[in-house]
Parts: sequence; C-alpha cells; structure tokens
Amino acid sequence: MNEHANSTSADKSGVTTVVNVGLASCGIAAGAQKVYDTFKTALEGLAVELTFSGCMGMCYNEPLVEVRSLNGGRYIYGKVQPEQVARIVQEHIQGGTPIMDWVVYSDRIKTPDADFIDKQQRIILKHCGVVNPEDIDSYLSVGGYKAIEKALKSMTPEQVIEEISRSGLRGRGGAGFPTGTKWSFARKSPGREKYVICNADEGDPGAFMDRSVLESNPHSVLEGMLIAGYAMGAENGYIYIRAEYPLAIKRLKIAIAQALEKGYLGSHILDSNFSFNIMIREGAGAFVCGEETALIASVEGKRGMPRIRPPFPAQSGVWGKPTSINNVETFANVPWIILNGGDSFSRFGTENSKGTKVFALAGSIARGGLVEVPMGITINEIVYDVGGGLSSGRKLKAVQTGGPSGGCIPASLADTQVDYDSLKKIGAIMGSGGMLIMDDSTCMVDVAKFFLKFTKSESCGKCTFCRVGTKQMLKVLERITNGEGRDGDIELLEELGQKISAGALCGLGQTVPNPVLTTIKYFRHEYEAHIFDKACPAKKCKALISYQVLADACKGCGRCSRECPTGAITGEKKMPFTINQEMCARCGLCISVCKFNAITVTTGKERGK
Amino acid sequence: MSNPDSLKLSAENFDAIDQIVNKYNSDKGAAIMILQQVQATYGYIGQSMLERISQLTGTPTSELFSIVTFYSQFRLEPLGENFIQVCHGTACHLAGAERISEAVQHVTKAKPGHTSPDGKFTLEHVACLGCCSHGPIMTLNNETFARMTPDKVKKMLHQKVADKGFVNSEGCELSE
Ligand SMILES: Cc1cc2nc3c(=O)[nH]c(=O)nc-3n(C[C@H](O)[C@H](O)[C@H](O)COP(=O)(O)O)c2cc1C
Ligand code: FES
Repeated sequence: MNEHANSTSADKSGVTTVVNVGLASCGIAAGAQKVYDTFKTALEGLAVELTFSGCMGMCYNEPLVEVRSLNGGRYIYGKVQPEQVARIVQEHIQGGTPIMDWVVYSDRIKTPDADFIDKQQRIILKHCGVVNPEDIDSYLSVGGYKAIEKALKSMTPEQVIEEISRSGLRGRGGAGFPTGTKWSFARKSPGREKYVICNADEGDPGAFMDRSVLESNPHSVLEGMLIAGYAMGAENGYIYIRAEYPLAIKRLKIAIAQALEKGYLGSHILDSNFSFNIMIREGAGAFVCGEETALIASVEGKRGMPRIRPPFPAQSGVWGKPTSINNVETFANVPWIILNGGDSFSRFGTENSKGTKVFALAGSIARGGLVEVPMGITINEIVYDVGGGLSSGRKLKAVQTGGPSGGCIPASLADTQVDYDSLKKIGAIMGSGGMLIMDDSTCMVDVAKFFLKFTKSESCGKCTFCRVGTKQMLKVLERITNGEGRDGDIELLEELGQKISAGALCGLGQTVPNPVLTTIKYFRHEYEAHIFDKACPAKKCKALISYQVLADACKGCGRCSRECPTGAITGEKKMPFTINQEMCARCGLCISVCKFNAITVTTGKERGK
Repeated sequence: MSNPDSLKLSAENFDAIDQIVNKYNSDKGAAIMILQQVQATYGYIGQSMLERISQLTGTPTSELFSIVTFYSQFRLEPLGENFIQVCHGTACHLAGAERISEAVQHVTKAKPGHTSPDGKFTLEHVACLGCCSHGPIMTLNNETFARMTPDKVKKMLHQKVADKGFVNSEGCELSE
C-alpha cells in the first residue's frame, strides 16, 4: 500500500482528512456500500473528503475503511458495520483519537494483522485500494500515464521491448511465456494492422486477482496495453472480460472514456504519432475462452473453439492479423518496469522467475485476500507469515494452485518455492494466481471430482481425448465417491490422465488431468480408503457418510427436526432425537442449526454404529 | 410461462431487437454482443427472437443457435420473478456450495439452470463471482450475499415466497 496520502483533495480548501471506503465487489458483498452511505450522511457539513477505492487486499477484514489525515497517519478499520460509523467520526475524525481496538492496519503502530501487508512486496497492488478507480486524476496523482509518456518521448519501440525483456517478465496468465519475446514476435510479423488483447477472462474458479486489479486500478492495465501497442506497432486493443464481473466492466468503461477525454487514448496520444483505441468484449461464460485461440474466435463473435497452433496469434490472430495476448496482471507490471527499469524489476524473484506474483488467497486461511509476494517465497511463508495460518485452527492438508489446470501440493511439500520451475517439478503449476488453502476436513477425491466435473462441462468438444476422456475420468471418480469404486480404478485414472494430456488439442485438455494425477500422487491412500474401505476419511462424500444424533449431547430442543427438509429427524421434546437414515438426504442443515453440537458424521466401519 | 414460444413477441418487442442490431451490427463480429444485449433486455433469448436477429443480420438462425448453446450465459427460457445465482467455484465448493444450492432448490423447487414451476425463481449455478474469500456466495436479484448457510437461505427465500417484496437482509449478511 502506498505510504503517502495521494488524494487529489489534499489541496482542497480546508480538507485535512480523507475517508476511503474499499468498494470492490468483495467489499460490497461484505456490506461496504451501506458503510459508505452511512459515512456520507455522518460527514455532512464536515471538512472531510469521502472517497472510495477498490480492493485494499485484506478481504478477510472487509468492509474496510481507511482514515488518513495530512498529519495524523493512516488507519484502516476492519469489519466496519454501519453502527460503528458514528463513533469513528466522533472520536477519530473529530476528536483526533483513533479507535485502536478496531484498527487492523496503520503506518503508525504495528497491529496484529500488520504482517499481512508488511510481508508483501507490492508493485502491481501498490495503488490498489489507494486510488479512486473511477477517477483518472487520482491515477495521475500517483504518477499514472508517466510510463507511456516516457516511452513515447524517449524510447523507441525496440527499446521498450528490450526493457521488458531485460526485466525477465513472464506471462502471468499461466503459461509463463517471456513477455518481451512475445511482443517482439508480434512486432516482427509483417502487416500494418495488429492487435493487442488483454485476457481478463479469469477462468480459474476460485481466483480473483484480475478482477481486483481491474476494479481497483483499471488505468494501470490500460497503460500497460498502450505501451504494448506502441512496442508492437498496434493501433487497436481488445479487453476480453468475463461477464460475471459487472463492476470491473463498468469501471473499465469509465476508465476508457476518461482516458479518451484526457488524450491518453485515441489518435496522436500526447502529441505523438502513436494512436491507440481499446474496445471491450464481454465473455459469455465459457472457461475455454481463456485459451488464446478460443478467445480470438470469441472476440470475432463465434463459438469459442480453440484451434491448433501454429500459426501462433503473433502471426495470425484476430481477423487473421498479428496479435499479442497478455494477461491483466502482465500488463499491470508494464508501466512500473518502464518507469523503474527492467533491472529494478529483475532484482525481485529467482533466477528464472522475476518480479512478484499476485495470489488470490482463499479457502481455510485466516487472512484471505489479495497478496503480492516476490517470486521464490515458499508456500509456507505465504500461508503462515502472510496468511496468518489456517482459519479453522485445523491442520494444513494441501494447497491448490493453477485451478482446473493445476495441482494439489501436499502440506509436506509446502516449503517449495513459488516459481515457475519449482512448482512444475512437483506436478503443480504457477497458474494465474488462485491459491486455495485446504485443511484436513477436505476430501481430496472430492476435490479431484469437482475439477473434473468443471472441465468436463467446459470441454468444447472439438477433440476426442478431452471430450470423451474427461467424461470417462469423471465416471470413474463418481463411482469411487459413490462407494462403488473397484480395484484398478486408480490405475485406470492414471492411464486415462496420461493419454488425455498427450493427445488433447489445446491447453485445456492437456492440463485437465493434473488435479487428478497430483491428488493420486500425494493422497493415494485416500482413494484407497474410498475404494476398499468404503470410507471417506474427510467425511465429505455423501454416499459414504451418515449423520447421527449424539444422545448425550442432544437436549431434545427439536430445532433440527423442524428444519430438516426431508422430515428424517424425529423425537420427543427434551429427549434425544433420532435420524432416519433412509430418509436423510445428508444436506447438513441439522448440523448448521444445532446449538449443542449434538450431531455427528460417521464413515467407514464407524458408520451407523 | 415455462414455454418460451408461448410468449408471442409484439411489434413493440421487436423494436428493441431492431435497435440493438442497428447499434452493433456495424462492428465486426457483433453476433455475441447482439445476443448479450437482447438477453439483457428480455431476460432470455427465445426462438422468435433468434429468427428476428437472423432476418436483420443475415446470420443463419442455426449459427446463432450454435452460439447461444455454446456459451452458458445464454438462457433459452424466460427468467422467473427472482434470479438466484449460487457460486460453485472452487472456494465456494470447499465452503459448502452444494448445501446452499440444495437449500435453494428445496425452498424454490427450481432446478439448476431452470425456473421454478410457479415462475417465481430462476436458479443458476455459476463458477466464481470473484468474492472467494467470503464464500459460499449467492446472489439474489443481483445483490451479493456472503458466507451463506442453508439456514440463511431458508430464512431469506421463505420471506421472498411469502411476501414477494422486500428481503430483510439481516440474516443474510456477512456476520461473524
Ligand atoms: C483452458 C485455458 C484457460 C485459460 N484461461 C486463462 C485466463 O483465464 N486468463 C489468462 O490470462 N490466461 C488464460 N489462459 C492462458 C492463455 O491461453 C494465454 O497463455 C495467456 O493469456 C497469455 O498471457 P500471458 O503471456 O500474459 O500470460 C488459459 C489457457 C488455457 C489452456
Ligand atoms: S469461488 Fe465462489 S466467489 Fe470465487
């Protein structure tokens, strides 16, 4: 986060305090809009500026409100409810005394949560949660659009590419291809009409880095695209963004309009010969469209079917013209590199993985949110130092990276460094930045089945390996979790997985088996328990578990019985209730309503006792 | 209600389609954008709408149909009075999305991807709404609700069934 109060308001007459509410979609889901509205009323008539930003990163503490004074430091309040607003205004804003019990981060004192921010290395996220994403002046006040100015005024396109190559930046969309090399291919491709595409499809279901960056600092991505356009000799860009992100789309539209108005987009940018326009294309809910050739087909208004490469998009992309596709985060790195130099960037990271990486930390983690760390940090450091350990107080079981194309890293390998090569070596991938923390209540077979179900329904159907292969793998996984697994099923899954990887046409099919293969590799015993003992050790798979009332703990209040959707629970008041196993749908509603922890789940030999 | 073609489009309804096509047709490869706008206006894309778009753009209906069926965003059935999305992304799955979805189905009688027989609810499964740290996530009429439980679903939807009106979000908000 930025140390200096950037706000444009500092010089507005008499305003010495700024209240900044985090209004990204994660914050809004947590109730931040109501908090903002309450401040609006409460601050009426005071010489205080109320503003908003995107995601401050500490999603686990949302709604977040930052109070910064010109001379009094910055204080971020967490989990702010509308009822708390009056006291913050009275004691802190008017009285000058921050309410330390509610402060989760400050530049003045070290809070218990401070490590979450302090252990990060923020390049891309530096201004996320600081600038107002709907106000270009706010971006300009932190040095925005200075990089494109520098490139246009003092660098040739070749020098820009050289600088990006020197930085060692590799694509953040998953495959990790060197960005400078990609741009130089597109530059060298013959033809005058070329395109830059920003891949904002963010298909990994459980990742939100790109959404957060677009909702928090959209201009940084536009600026990265401008620089790419200048470097490659392209005059047009598309942003392909998934429709599930309406707020990001709205803020991008505002940003594009403002950039056009200020002359950072359009013709003869900053009085140079360089012209550039950006158009938005909304996805329509197809995971495969994150794959670059499918994405191109979708931009052209067709079904998003991938095709065989070569030709690569750099030779023949949208409308058959040379096209360079990069991920949101890749673009967001670019202005920083141009301003600070490739060498400064490559100081972060490892031999082959330079810079930082943004991760969306979610699952059973105490401090879930958006984190940016230098490459080469270990998974343990992310989970414990930054993330504060597991939320459930349970044990770490596995960390999933790379979503449906990625793998599950067991806790025993959590000292692995996060860089492209180390992750690949253990069967996982860097991916685009989803990082899901799983505790020991997670069933790894269920996780594998979840991903397969997802990819099977997202397979475009063009090649047989992927279309039929995923279906077969899912069938086997379903019978295993249904308690009908057979001897030999594990080997069958392994064989299918290897063949699909080798035979599939596009990156989707080639990586589909990864979640299955890594869970078999590291959690084989769990598959065996499902198959041979008909037990789900994590007590997740419905066909292998029973719900039972603990007679000792049950107070006979009857709440579960009233809530049970199938009427499976019966009993007399003040006496222990019982669950009819035939009728029980194992929905878990009874556990969620029981106040006495009187319902338990059993599996395997314990079952039904 | 459940049969899209029973809803005959009046001339007035076609007007909106005509306007959308006029606005976007000059763009190259506008088919998806046109279909998205039509769905945003009508809540779904019916057979007669596809035919009208085809007439105006010259794109064969079969091709439009192939696009509509490829992308999961497009609906061929009209929307119910209330639109529910349950997130089935990885984070929400681990946090118990299945149970949320079951609770919704139990109360509304709507099957995933469809509208309830009484026309009150449409239920859709989506993969990740980007609020993964607050899962399970569900949306009701485009308002997002965090940390859902089957119990909260019941309270929230029973109220909708009963009074059709304002949902008291008390029980449904992020709570500790
Ligand atoms: C099935 C599949 C899904 C993908 N989804 C995404 C995505 O959502 N976002 C993304 O940036 N890249 C995605 N990619 C990678 C892109 O094909 C492409 O490599 C990337 O956008 C290039 O940008 P980069 O070099 O900046 O990483 C996906 C690839 C495959 C095979
Ligand atoms: S997985 Fe549900 S919001 Fe991301």
